[in-house]
Amino acid sequence: MIYEEVDSSTRRTLSQTTRVLGTLRLDGPLVLGLALLALYGQVVLYSASGQDWESVLRGSIRIGLGAVAMLALAQVKPAFLRRLTPWLYAIGVVLLVIVDAIGYIGKGAQRWLDLGFVRFQPSEIMKLAVPMMCAWYLRERPLPPDGTTLAVLAVIIGVPAGLTIVQPDLGTGLLITMAGVLVVLLAGLQWQIIAGLAGLAGLGAWGGWYLLHDYQRQRVLTFLDPQQDPLGAGYHIIQSTIAIGSGGVFGKGYLNGSQGQLEFLPERSTDFVFAVIGEELGFVGCVILLLLYLLVVSRAIYLATQTQDTFARLLSGSLALIFFVYVFINAGMVSGILPVVGVPLPLVSYGGTSMVTLLAGFGILMSLYSHRKFAAS
Amino acid sequence: MAGKGRIKDVWREQQIFEQRSLVAGVLIVLMTGALIARLGWLQISRNDYFTELSQGNRVRIEPLPAARGIIYDRNGTILAENRPAYQLELVREEVPDLEDTLQRLAAIGLIAPDEIDSTRRAIKSRRGFDSVPIRLRLSEEEIARFAVRRFEFPGVDIRTRLARYYPQGEVAVHALGHVGAISEKDLEKIDRAEYSGTATIGKLGIELAYESQLHGRNGSREILVNARGRSVEKQGALTPQLKTVPAQPGTDLVLSLDFEVQKVAEEAVWDQRAAIVAIDPQNGDVIALASRPGFDPNLFARGLTGPEFRALNENIDRPLFNRALRGVYPPGSTIKPLVALAGLTYQLATPQTSRYCRGWFSLPGSRHRFRDWKPQGHGTLGMVQAIAQSCDVYFYSLADEIGPTRLAEFLSHFGLGAPTGIDVGGEKAGLLPSPEWKRKAYRKPQDQVWFPGETVIFGIGQGYMLTTPVQLAHMTAIIGSRGKNFQPRLVTALRDPVTGTKTPVPPKLVEQVQVADAGHWQVAIDGMYAVTHGGTASRSAAGAEYSIAGKTGTAQVFTVAQNAKYDEKTIGERLRDHAWFVAFAPAEDPRIAVAVLVENGRSGSGTAAPIARKVMDAYLLRKFPPPPSAEESAAAAATTGGE
Repeated sequence: MIYEEVDSSTRRTLSQTTRVLGTLRLDGPLVLGLALLALYGQVVLYSASGQDWESVLRGSIRIGLGAVAMLALAQVKPAFLRRLTPWLYAIGVVLLVIVDAIGYIGKGAQRWLDLGFVRFQPSEIMKLAVPMMCAWYLRERPLPPDGTTLAVLAVIIGVPAGLTIVQPDLGTGLLITMAGVLVVLLAGLQWQIIAGLAGLAGLGAWGGWYLLHDYQRQRVLTFLDPQQDPLGAGYHIIQSTIAIGSGGVFGKGYLNGSQGQLEFLPERSTDFVFAVIGEELGFVGCVILLLLYLLVVSRAIYLATQTQDTFARLLSGSLALIFFVYVFINAGMVSGILPVVGVPLPLVSYGGTSMVTLLAGFGILMSLYSHRKFAAS
Repeated sequence: MAGKGRIKDVWREQQIFEQRSLVAGVLIVLMTGALIARLGWLQISRNDYFTELSQGNRVRIEPLPAARGIIYDRNGTILAENRPAYQLELVREEVPDLEDTLQRLAAIGLIAPDEIDSTRRAIKSRRGFDSVPIRLRLSEEEIARFAVRRFEFPGVDIRTRLARYYPQGEVAVHALGHVGAISEKDLEKIDRAEYSGTATIGKLGIELAYESQLHGRNGSREILVNARGRSVEKQGALTPQLKTVPAQPGTDLVLSLDFEVQKVAEEAVWDQRAAIVAIDPQNGDVIALASRPGFDPNLFARGLTGPEFRALNENIDRPLFNRALRGVYPPGSTIKPLVALAGLTYQLATPQTSRYCRGWFSLPGSRHRFRDWKPQGHGTLGMVQAIAQSCDVYFYSLADEIGPTRLAEFLSHFGLGAPTGIDVGGEKAGLLPSPEWKRKAYRKPQDQVWFPGETVIFGIGQGYMLTTPVQLAHMTAIIGSRGKNFQPRLVTALRDPVTGTKTPVPPKLVEQVQVADAGHWQVAIDGMYAVTHGGTASRSAAGAEYSIAGKTGTAQVFTVAQNAKYDEKTIGERLRDHAWFVAFAPAEDPRIAVAVLVENGRSGSGTAAPIARKVMDAYLLRKFPPPPSAEESAAAAATTGGE
């Protein structure tokens, strides 16, 4: 009887929660997954920052900002988002041109735009604007896309990606490209064309080698053989594999990772935070984190399949997949199976505007899902 | 590409999307699997390997240099000890640009510009992770000068280390020797790991001879370091488990030296070129071993600059030269008691048989006159008087009768012609000539011939014969103890620095010298007793509360031509004869045997004998000369003061 009471009260709480979330147009499982990830991230950040409460505070403020953005965007009607898309994209491109121009005049790498009260990276907007624009463009077109459509899409993706890469910010440029390409792939791009493009990409990579900056080439070379330059470019990757490898199954213990705590691990609270997890919490800690990501991604894909128009489907699908791409690139880089590119670990890495952008993306995703016309029974 | 005519097929689009999502889902699972596989390989399969690497990253092994053994004299006076000193150390691995760092250290005056080369070599000869001392004994001002610029010199730091300190300054330096910076040559001989963290090594004297005992065993300590190589106690919640192997301090040495007597000996000849060795005839203990001029060993322990070293090395009085062990001089008349003893042993003379001295000696069939030091001659004298008056003619003829081979053989039992075996290195063997030696020593046949005249002057310790002061002290001790040849030694006990237990080093009796009749010893001793009682050195023994047996000697530096007269006024100071005096006391049962050599001192009785008297008074009666006047003591303090 007691059990039944508990059971029924639990059920009541759950259903109340669902109702509240439903009113807020949020998806319970997805919010839970994101919250767990953010919490995990803050716990790790405390250790990775060298027990600096201030970092944790600032990280929490960013999560709060992201949560506000997510909540706000979840309320926005998809139709409004759709109408907003070309403008957002256009503004983004203009800002990118401005950033590049400032960088060109100032003769230095330029990624930030300082508006006096806030500094932000226009390329960060493009991580959302490009897939939105692609989905917007494809919403009226017959799918799979034909040649002309693909050409237009290539321009839509290529212009902001190119502008970002010349900043120079190869990592973000590739992520923007990836976000757009994912839309096209989900739109049903024929397998033959995919294969052909993959071949072209291979050729392009070979040709692109000559267009890369020295430091970018060095990153690639170092990725191929970190020992070539153990104290220079290879240092990051050697130290991060040592950190992860020395963690073992259960890790050295929270706050007890020598690589991280003694600062052998560079960028331990930002891009290389995954190595801190590997060192202190071990294989188990890493797998738990990856499973949390898997939970979020699979729920996001599920939500995408439930949307009912092309724009919503393509956009939400690509947002779900790009999230996984971030995870894979960062974890792959830190564990030494991908070259070092500046991609943060979503919701865990400290700093930057990525926390806000990512949560904003999930806000859009939830808006698209919750505003569908015929809710599944 | 169906072209323009195509219309949107919503159902098909949905289907494509779901299909693509499925593919994406599979890919995501596969890629996550790949990540997990990679993590598994790193964290499970290769965990040991990476654990070791991370251990190597955070833990550095720091040497814990052992405290060098302390050196005491027989009464417990400290002759060498360790004091904390600040030194500049450099770890090559942590220095971004060694050359630039050295140049900049020279620019702020912490290393001398002309020492950059040697410093660089010293650094390169050590292991990259060793902390190499590049400058010892920094002054307060230098520490401050470096401290404000420390951030400009990664890999360079100030450390406190125990440095060797000689509280007595110059006194006994030629017995103690000194430590100095480890040179490349030293590195070839030592185990580098054993000396990691040690800046200096024994270079001379006891410090060199007993290096392995004094050095001890260096320990090591694991320390936690951060990525910038700085040592950290504790970082975050990281609780290091670090191993420490404690250093085993070096063994303390107790010397036979009597510092008070040593000081008396050195002060007696402070401004002269001289050597004094005093030995206990009953066991070979070296009571004093002095060579003047000396130098302050603290200079070497601290690190000598080029000009400082040149000043010492090029000084005409050769302060670095250990006259007591390495100075070789003709023994002169000091060997006459032994020649007498040889004559008795070979039964060519009796104590009673007298010989006539007319002032010169000639070999049969030769007109060459070997002159006596007393031109008018001594007249008729027996063996005791011949020794007492140091009659040359008596010993010319006796030596001629004994013959050079037998004489050399007899003398060799008294430690002449070979190192005495004293337990500090660098001792010279001297030279005990014989026809056989001459055949081997010279290449031209005409030079290999031993002339009878050479036997004659051999009898008074001139000619080829060369001895060191320690050899003559040893010889005198053997006579005084009636034939007991104890190997001279400085270290009488090893003291465990932890428990304080002393392990005595037993005296080593090399040989009991045999003579034909034990009574013959008394004849030689009587002769030497007579030297100080009515003989050549009577004045220096006047008023002694104990009986002294001695023998004077002069070693010729400048050969006087036939028929010419030795006139000390006309020849340069450095060409004057060296003065010898050997003695033991009390004559009946000696406790001390002394040899004094004063270079260009002219007269054994006038110069050397009074010095021997001071040493014997100090040792036997604990009677010390009055302290020097204020002026002199100030001068002495300036030279011995050390820090």
